[in-house]
Amino acid sequence: MTAPLTLFDKIWAAHAIKVRADGATLLHIDRHLIHDGSSNAFRDLAERKLTVRRPDRTFATPDHYVSTNGHSLSAINAPHRRAMVEDLDRHTRAAGIQQFGLGDKRQGIVHVVGPEQGISQPGMVIVCGDSHTSTHGALGALAFGIGASQVSHALATQTLWQTKSKNMRITVDGVLPEGVFAKDLALAIIAATGAGGGTGHVVEYAGSTFRSLSIEGRLTVCNMSIELGARAGLVAPDETTFAYMKGRPYAPKDEAWEMAIAYWKTLPSVPGAVFDKEITLDASRIEPMVTWGTSPENAGGITSSVPDPASIPDAGAREAMLHALDYMGLQPGTPLSAIAIDRVFIGSCTNSRIEDLRAAAAIAKGRKTCVSAMVVPGSGLVKVAAEAEGLDKIFRDAGFEWREAGCSMCVGMNGDLVEAGERCASTSNRNFVGRQGKGARTHLVSPAMAAAAAVTGHLTDVRTLKGA
Amino acid sequence: MEPFKTLDAIAAPIDTPNVDTDQIVPARFLWRKRGDGWSGQLFHDLRFDDNETPRPDFVLNRPAYEGARILVAGRNFGCGSSREHAVWCLLDSGIRVVIASSFGDIFHNNSYQNGLLPVTLSEDDVQALIARLVARPGAHLAADLEHQTVTAADGEVYEFAIEPFRKECLLAGADDIGYTLRLDKDIDSFERNYAARTPWY
Repeated sequence: MTAPLTLFDKIWAAHAIKVRADGATLLHIDRHLIHDGSSNAFRDLAERKLTVRRPDRTFATPDHYVSTNGHSLSAINAPHRRAMVEDLDRHTRAAGIQQFGLGDKRQGIVHVVGPEQGISQPGMVIVCGDSHTSTHGALGALAFGIGASQVSHALATQTLWQTKSKNMRITVDGVLPEGVFAKDLALAIIAATGAGGGTGHVVEYAGSTFRSLSIEGRLTVCNMSIELGARAGLVAPDETTFAYMKGRPYAPKDEAWEMAIAYWKTLPSVPGAVFDKEITLDASRIEPMVTWGTSPENAGGITSSVPDPASIPDAGAREAMLHALDYMGLQPGTPLSAIAIDRVFIGSCTNSRIEDLRAAAAIAKGRKTCVSAMVVPGSGLVKVAAEAEGLDKIFRDAGFEWREAGCSMCVGMNGDLVEAGERCASTSNRNFVGRQGKGARTHLVSPAMAAAAAVTGHLTDVRTLKGA
Repeated sequence: MEPFKTLDAIAAPIDTPNVDTDQIVPARFLWRKRGDGWSGQLFHDLRFDDNETPRPDFVLNRPAYEGARILVAGRNFGCGSSREHAVWCLLDSGIRVVIASSFGDIFHNNSYQNGLLPVTLSEDDVQALIARLVARPGAHLAADLEHQTVTAADGEVYEFAIEPFRKECLLAGADDIGYTLRLDKDIDSFERNYAARTPWY
């Protein structure tokens, strides 16, 4: 009798083309998503005189280098950035790859566009030359980031060599308290596991909290799987997934839809399936979270304080914390809610979807920002949807800038940067040294917490503001 | 890609956990081409101050570690972004081996694609190596891929594990693409069966 399989085991088995005796497995790729950081991979392909094997399974959109001030090539004022977007346009045209380019409302952050268009589906293997590809696991897909060489490999062969990761399950049960969102859940998980806690594993998120979480919320948590070191994170497809998929432009229709649903229902982990590593959390105990250091694992509840390195027994870890606090300009014992900020960024593949913008707008409504603050929707379609609900007006009236879709200040590659020494409350995914700009200090928070910080000027417990 | 067999070289310690790829190469350089050369970007903001002057306290700027071709680093080295430029920066600076107790998953994969050997040892062993390198700056380590060992200057030998497929490719200096293209018939036949099973994909 074979052991009961996990969701990950089943997707893996369905995509294995060839398994070598040593375990190395050639996996079929269902969807390869590409963006404007793909120039080196296309150059490599050309040098090898290879072509794109499956342009029909490859989808592109520019996101890292696009301007958020205007939705056109000419709005990109630096020639080296414009060249990256032009390269993508040229390469996708030459290869016959569908691109959602500038000027197309479907353009946006690749990890927002894939699910939104129904390109990413349950049971698929999805790759992209970006570490936050784990996002798509929210739909019950095996999705992971790859480097430039593997992008070339996937373009040329529609396959990748992989060695199977171990299975890890993170079970969260209970109801998230008022004012606590998927982002807080993600940060609480990383604080519990550490930034390397998932290394060598694919994580399945399970439990009643995930069952009742929207797809947008699941996308946020799966997005940050890479921040705990996991190759991928996924959530078993359920009725919420099917309702989300139905009617999306690239989702199956009619008879194909019925076939797809029947297959997708067979995917969830079989009861009794064994996981190599298990973690459990109680949702009711999670607070709105804030990071205070330079790794996403440096996260605490908003009612806590900056920790004291003197309390850390391990010398290496103590040293790392000292460095982090020095870079962040923080004193041990300072209440997190007393930290004044200079800037707020609401956006990124973690938190730029319609629910995120609604949560932020609920706090911004009727209030005024007291620091520089910007909102960058995840796609042109998210922007349209937000404007139809009047969210843009709420943000603008409150003093937020309302921008065009792109990765923007999460990584600053388009020039949207946090200045050296500035402190930014950000809904993005990484508080690394220099991530948002050289010398920038990042505090990762949920969209509601970011809006709260924008209107008070300091990190603020969103539960203390009416509207939460 | 250059084959990797053995390397006996100066090793530099970077005793910090979670050295992310944003630190190895800041995002503002990523628009550059592979062929542009990447040694000047390695650890750029740690190595250089705002006037592009080398910071004397950064390990790779210390005279004792000049010519280092091996790094011994804290846990979770290369976490974060998928940028393969991080590996290019190391390679173009002459580094062919990084030793740590764990690696960022994508960085780990990218290393193999370029002939950089990532060696995983226990945290205790890594700390023991770092202590040696700190006590004797400029000391050598010797990595031997065929025998899967790292040998310290005092003769202490550390064995490491590596997936056979990755070892084979590194020893031969072969990347995956050539190998995979020879399996074209297998891929064709899989795609036909797969399309019959899951036509909506």
